[in-house]
Amino acid sequence: MPKDQPDLDLSPKVSDEIRKTTCYMCACRCGIDVHMKDGKVAYIEGNKDHPVNQGVLCAKGSAGIMQVNAPSRLKAPMKRVGPRGSGEFEEISWEEALSIATEWLAPIREEDPSKLAFFTGRDQSQSFTSLWAQGFGTPNYAAHGGFCSVNMAAAGIYTMGGAFWEFGQPDWDHTKMFVLFGVAEDHDSNPIKMGIGKIKARGARVVGVNPIRTGYNAVADDWFGITPGTDGLMIMAIIHELFKAGKLDLDYLARFTNASCIVNEDPKSDQNGLLMRDENGEPLVIDKRTGELAPWNGIGVEPDLGTTHRHAGVTHRPVFHLMADRFLDPQYAPEKVEDATGISADRIKQLAADMAHVAFEEAIELDRPWTDFRGKKHDKMIGRPVSMHSMRGISAHSNGFQTCRALHTLQIILGAVETPGGMRFKPPYPKPATAHPKPHGKVTPGAALNGPHLGYPHGPDDLLLKEDGSAIRIDKAFTWENPLSAHGMMHMVISNAHAGDPYKIDTLFMYMANMSWNSSMNSTGVMEMLTDKDAETGEYVIPRIIYSDAYSSEMVAFADLILPDTTYLERHDCISLLDRPICEADAVADAIRWPVIEPDRDVRGFQSVLCELGARLNLSGFVNDDGSQKYEDYADYITNHIRRPGVGPLAGWRMGEDGLQDGRGDPNQGQLDAYIKNGGFWHSEVPTEASYYKPFNMAYQNWAVKMGFFDSVQPYIFTPYVEPLRRMQLAAEGHGRVQPPDHLRQQIKDTMDPLPIWYAPLSDNLIDTNEFPVHALTQRPMAMYHSWGTQNAWLRQIHGVNPLYVPTKIWKENKFKDGDWAKVTSPSGVITVPVAHMAALNENTIWTWNAIGKRKGAWALEEDAPEATEGFLLNHLIHELLPEQADGMRWSNSDPVTGQAAWFDLRVKIEKTTAPKESQPVTPAQKSPIGTGPKSQAWKLGK
Amino acid sequence: MTTLPTSTAKKLGLVIDLDTCVGCHACVISCKGWNTENYGAPLSDQDPYGANPSGTFLNRVHSYEIQPKDAPAQLVHFPKSCLHCEDAPCVTVCPTGASYKRVEDGIVLVNEQDCIGCGLCAWACPYGAREMDAEEKVMKKCTLCVDRIYNENLPERDREPACVRTCPSNARHFGDFADPDSNVSVLTRERGGMDLMPEMGTKPVNKYLPPRPKDRDRSEDVDILAPFLEPIATETTGFLGWLDKALDAMPGASKNGGKS
Amino acid sequence: MHPAPSVILFSTLSGLGFGLLAFLGFGMPSATGFVSFVFFTIAYLLAVGGLIASTFHLGHPERALKAFKQWRSSWLSREGICAVAALLVMGIYAIGAIFMGQIWTPIGIIGAILSIGTVFTTSMIYTQIKTVPRWHNVTTPIMFLTICIAGGALLSGEVAIAIPLLAIAGIAQIAHWVLGDKALKNSGTTLATATGLGARGDVRAFEPPHTGTNYLLKEFVHVIGRKHAAKLRILAIVLMVGLPLVLLMMSHSHVLAAFAVLSHLVGVFAARWLFFAEAEHVVGLYYGKR
Ligand SMILES: Nc1nc2c(c(=O)[nH]1)N[C@H]1C(S)=C(S)[C@@H](COP(=O)(O)OP(=O)(O)OC[C@H]3O[C@@H](n4cnc5c(=O)[nH]c(N)nc54)[C@H](O)[C@@H]3O)O[C@H]1N2
Ligand SMILES: Nc1nc2c(c(=O)[nH]1)N[C@H]1C(S)=C(S)[C@@H](COP(=O)(O)OP(=O)(O)OC[C@H]3O[C@@H](n4cnc5c(=O)[nH]c(N)nc54)[C@H](O)[C@@H]3O)O[C@H]1N2
Ligand code: SF4
Ligand code: SF4
Ligand code: SF4
Ligand code: SF4
Ligand code: SF4
Ligand SMILES: [Mo]
Repeated sequence: MPKDQPDLDLSPKVSDEIRKTTCYMCACRCGIDVHMKDGKVAYIEGNKDHPVNQGVLCAKGSAGIMQVNAPSRLKAPMKRVGPRGSGEFEEISWEEALSIATEWLAPIREEDPSKLAFFTGRDQSQSFTSLWAQGFGTPNYAAHGGFCSVNMAAAGIYTMGGAFWEFGQPDWDHTKMFVLFGVAEDHDSNPIKMGIGKIKARGARVVGVNPIRTGYNAVADDWFGITPGTDGLMIMAIIHELFKAGKLDLDYLARFTNASCIVNEDPKSDQNGLLMRDENGEPLVIDKRTGELAPWNGIGVEPDLGTTHRHAGVTHRPVFHLMADRFLDPQYAPEKVEDATGISADRIKQLAADMAHVAFEEAIELDRPWTDFRGKKHDKMIGRPVSMHSMRGISAHSNGFQTCRALHTLQIILGAVETPGGMRFKPPYPKPATAHPKPHGKVTPGAALNGPHLGYPHGPDDLLLKEDGSAIRIDKAFTWENPLSAHGMMHMVISNAHAGDPYKIDTLFMYMANMSWNSSMNSTGVMEMLTDKDAETGEYVIPRIIYSDAYSSEMVAFADLILPDTTYLERHDCISLLDRPICEADAVADAIRWPVIEPDRDVRGFQSVLCELGARLNLSGFVNDDGSQKYEDYADYITNHIRRPGVGPLAGWRMGEDGLQDGRGDPNQGQLDAYIKNGGFWHSEVPTEASYYKPFNMAYQNWAVKMGFFDSVQPYIFTPYVEPLRRMQLAAEGHGRVQPPDHLRQQIKDTMDPLPIWYAPLSDNLIDTNEFPVHALTQRPMAMYHSWGTQNAWLRQIHGVNPLYVPTKIWKENKFKDGDWAKVTSPSGVITVPVAHMAALNENTIWTWNAIGKRKGAWALEEDAPEATEGFLLNHLIHELLPEQADGMRWSNSDPVTGQAAWFDLRVKIEKTTAPKESQPVTPAQKSPIGTGPKSQAWKLGK
Repeated sequence: MTTLPTSTAKKLGLVIDLDTCVGCHACVISCKGWNTENYGAPLSDQDPYGANPSGTFLNRVHSYEIQPKDAPAQLVHFPKSCLHCEDAPCVTVCPTGASYKRVEDGIVLVNEQDCIGCGLCAWACPYGAREMDAEEKVMKKCTLCVDRIYNENLPERDREPACVRTCPSNARHFGDFADPDSNVSVLTRERGGMDLMPEMGTKPVNKYLPPRPKDRDRSEDVDILAPFLEPIATETTGFLGWLDKALDAMPGASKNGGKS
Repeated sequence: MHPAPSVILFSTLSGLGFGLLAFLGFGMPSATGFVSFVFFTIAYLLAVGGLIASTFHLGHPERALKAFKQWRSSWLSREGICAVAALLVMGIYAIGAIFMGQIWTPIGIIGAILSIGTVFTTSMIYTQIKTVPRWHNVTTPIMFLTICIAGGALLSGEVAIAIPLLAIAGIAQIAHWVLGDKALKNSGTTLATATGLGARGDVRAFEPPHTGTNYLLKEFVHVIGRKHAAKLRILAIVLMVGLPLVLLMMSHSHVLAAFAVLSHLVGVFAARWLFFAEAEHVVGLYYGKR
């Protein structure tokens, strides 16, 4: 070494120990290596052996150390001493906190459990919290799916037994063309980035359809800057072109979809529009071998797409003919949709032609023989290497359900689902709607609910309506307003509870959802509802609010009782196959978190608190026969709970007759240790012969039963034609016992079409779109998680303020300059905020980063933090109700099918204004119950 | 030593792929995390929870918008850390010798014990790759994770820079540019890897891969693609006629008896 | 660049101080005894005061001695060495003049050259910085040197020489401004070369890497308004050159001479503030701030 160079220690000690657990900063749930020094967290990096992230880690994950030491962490249970919203609290003991909760909840359970509304936000333990709610007996339980992406989930499940979201992913290893609709970040954050990297390295094409060209869309080779809310139109136009050109995978459509099923077309029948069935209730196809009707799943049956069935003077056609009618309709010609979508007919055709080219000319064949459920042996797996992915950009619109359906239909006609190079499901998906539970809502005082709250209705009989037709649930999920609201409608809870419509509640119990702020529409209105008092009694209109948060969020200030949670490195968690899986297409997997550090505050894991509270309330499932507490804590539950015979929260290292086994088995007291030893996760590869065609592939079906996903083999076919929708329509046409109210009949007929359709976002018909010509959107920043990245000293330097980005056309029209501010008005609100110019943007769209704006005093930030003075929420402009209809009614601002919150239907006008001192509106400060953070920090454990 | 080595045995550095970087800032934070806990003084933060937060980072991701003449505007995410220049002006200006370029591998480092915090090296760097830590008052810069890449306490597969290890989209590549067959040399050759501010004469070791052409004018493709959309029918009846023929022609159709 | 008061103070004061030392070294005036004591005191106060001020901007002044090491490549190191040498040599010379009534001319000349050399090395610290095109040209050392010498002449009372030197210094300063205003543009460094993306279209900074500030922005991306700068330039040149010239030409009174010195000092200070404040570091391009 040259003499002037210092002598460097090139092999310094990295850490005392690595503890492997699971990241929590988003629903991607990557595996992490937590490097420990002196029992403290020194450094966090990705776990290279983990099936989800294979070592990579996003900014949030790497900044976990700042999450765990954030000054905003709550320190102890608290009860409110000042007025609601003020943030004035007194610390109390856990004993007092749990007694108060028990005092409040026990009487409700005895009288009327539905007086409790228990909603759990972005809960990663839904199979557990729902069990608790079921035990309590309230029908009022859901997590955040209703305001998040239920359109995507429900459309996927109803159409093909799985959605993109966390349930499916492109076949990154084989795809040659990847088309991304309306995604900024997604739940599958790291795998999507890894996938994009992979296919780019191979030189495959990435196409982005998004009004905004950032992130994934910035690296896309081709960008379609579509007008918000019109993807359905563009997709229908692509399908139109493909039908017109016959570029369809007919064999796939015939064998593996209900395109070959025969529709009852007898206009006089009360079955009109439903599939014809045999005596066992199985839909019928025409068997090519015989030309006769045969059950879809009959051994050896060769379903025919072309032939009709004539009976009693009526011709009944296969679904495929109805699809041709629908998609060949000239209204979906590219020339007809170019104005509305903002994408030229030429480019739409080009995209369609590209898809056809890749799917059919660049098809791939894998030499993998497999056998389908009709017993037919296939010697190859044929790949249509066009893959797609989509998220809230198409689902967070009031036409999102049908748009997602159109997208899945496009994939299906190309034969690009569950085939090599296309989209693949992640076990335990696919799983058709029929294999999911139906919603349950039968309330019995003092007893448990009759079954799981959420599920997939198949017709009017499955709705949750009282005798008088009013809603059983506080959020009005599963009513005629939003019949298929499979994830509930958390965004309507506070508003409905405040209005006493459908009824009043006593206690609102929430967990990890910042419902007074960024997860509500109309945040100012919601804060008023939470603080509103009954003029007569002087009591709060929503009498009691219990809330569990780990940090000093905006919502904390509005609760009466705070149950402070641990951070993600301080508790047990389980990411269960019973919930939202972490699996990849090639492997089934689940994972845990475990206390890699001990809390240094008087806080407890919320799930463990529920175990104790459940016992105090004597909830079934939470007490033993002798009345004693059943699960000591969440770890105990994870290990010992049994959902169905042999099936528990975790599928790895279960106890079998001959020792440990995967999938099914009895509880194993060493299970958590086995997980910890294996890096915090368990995974098991899908057998090669089962890796594609999963719903139809007997090898997969048998494996799935062995692993405990299903209790019996149950192959199914994709359903571009969705009968439950048709059943709702039939009711609206007057058939059946359960009838919709008259004012909703037309909407149901219009929107619940069994084949995909497009209609304009609902609010467009209720407001003057000339007055409000501009679409306003939000996007997730990759380096922030909703509201709580802000407490993170590293991340908030990256995104401390959020300008409103304005496209060139509007920028010029308003003569904006850097540093200018604008007044933005929607039909329901006004904000005044800083603007910035962006050219790579749809010319009628403005946007900002989501959830950067903060209330003063929240998150242990100082009150003059830029998030509070310059940052802002678009939510003030979005109302949870649509403007008044002609009949004076106001419906929820949601998709009429699923109740998905229609965040992105927002329309505004924008004008330049003089800069105010701060972004408007200003919410007065809340008091921080935990003070503020230090003035400087240099975080280092080692020397 | 302040004078630059005439040559280095290896030329270690990064290739950054602007075609693939999605701008996620993962590399920014993993770098902050690793280098806060490791080499030298921690990367401190000032007013971290207040009105004007700032801190030391060795790697930052910019984004730029390009407005081509006749195509939609594009956005490029642009990570930037020290480029470990061959003719590193930051080294030669340093009065104390704290800044030096390693002869073994060309890594440009700051020996914090010798740094007087004069800031001159940061003035000399055209790329903004050096930041004075406000707490420790010494110059900080990318170390190319010199304490990872040779670290025998790390498993072999982890001996790469923290930012490279973490990059989800694989937009960062680490290797030896002196070896013409290394991954970085090959990528640079094949993808037209470029220098930033070549006119500064710094001869950066790190290379940037330009974004692939986007939104290419595909009017010529139309002819190639047109056959794929050649209409077989424009309404249902014609379509069904085509369908009959297509189904007949399908393998298996007649073999299995055909339809009646 | 961030106009750090300590650095501006250093370059203003020590420039003047070394200028005076240079004149003293050349024997102008060739005073001895108390008179020379006064002159040397002023010169040393300015030069050493400036040097001390300059250490205030160091993160670790206690390690300042390490800065002498790298004279082979570093102008900052050379400046340190040169300054110390100048002060030592001139110290010997001063002892002779003050206490022994001796003018050791050879030592004085060496000291004078070292003094001017010190200012030259200072100027080279800036001139070598290629990243600041405004500095990276020959007008920087010329401006530094002419101002240093003119200041020395003024302070040493060599009015006859001071008048033309001041005028030259004024011209040098103006030349530095005029050339400097075009320097960034002429350097060819743009956001296009900085990003390598120029061939594809117009490149514009979209989002900064952090919404908060950072060291680079504070240190290098100081932006002052054009109007503001123009006014300050006039003020600086008037105070630095114009007013002293007028005063010197009016009479030879000590009072007016003192005013001339004071005016010059303030003028140089303003010009040096501008020297930093107006300097565009190319890193600003990356932040869309150029
Ligand atoms: N870093 C980070 N990751 C996250 C989260 C986070 O907060 N931060 N949140 C997680 C959660 S809860 C969710 S739900 C997911 C959501 O993940 P994404 O679905 O990626 O969510 P958004 O950021 O809302 O992005 C919506 C995208 O749709 C586009 N868009 C809006 N309207 C339309 C339209 O009509 N058509 C098309 N084509 N595009 C449109 C917007 O421009 C935006 O790019 O992300 C999860 N992951
Ligand atoms: N304008 C606009 N608004 C939106 C959206 C949009 O795209 N645009 N997206 C919507 C969507 S999809 C979603 S999912 C919501 C998300 O909105 P929220 O669900 O409100 O998400 P967060 O802001 O992450 O808030 C979650 C709360 O959980 C707390 N928390 C964090 N960690 C823990 C923990 O370990 N334990 C406990 N008990 N609490 C914890 C946080 O402190 C925070 O208060 O926002 C919605 N709001
Ligand atoms: S994507 Fe990021 S935040 Fe989400 S789990 Fe993975 S590392 Fe954590
Ligand atoms: S990038 Fe800057 S700091 Fe790094 S070697 Fe080059 S000049 Fe020096
Ligand atoms: S700041 Fe430190 S490393 Fe940089 S030039 Fe000065 S002494 Fe050298
Ligand atoms: S190589 Fe290491 S020090 Fe350099 S940017 Fe990457 S992580 Fe930071
Ligand atoms: S981690 Fe990779 S993709 Fe993310 S910003 Fe850094 S280089 Fe780009
Ligand atoms: Mo969400």
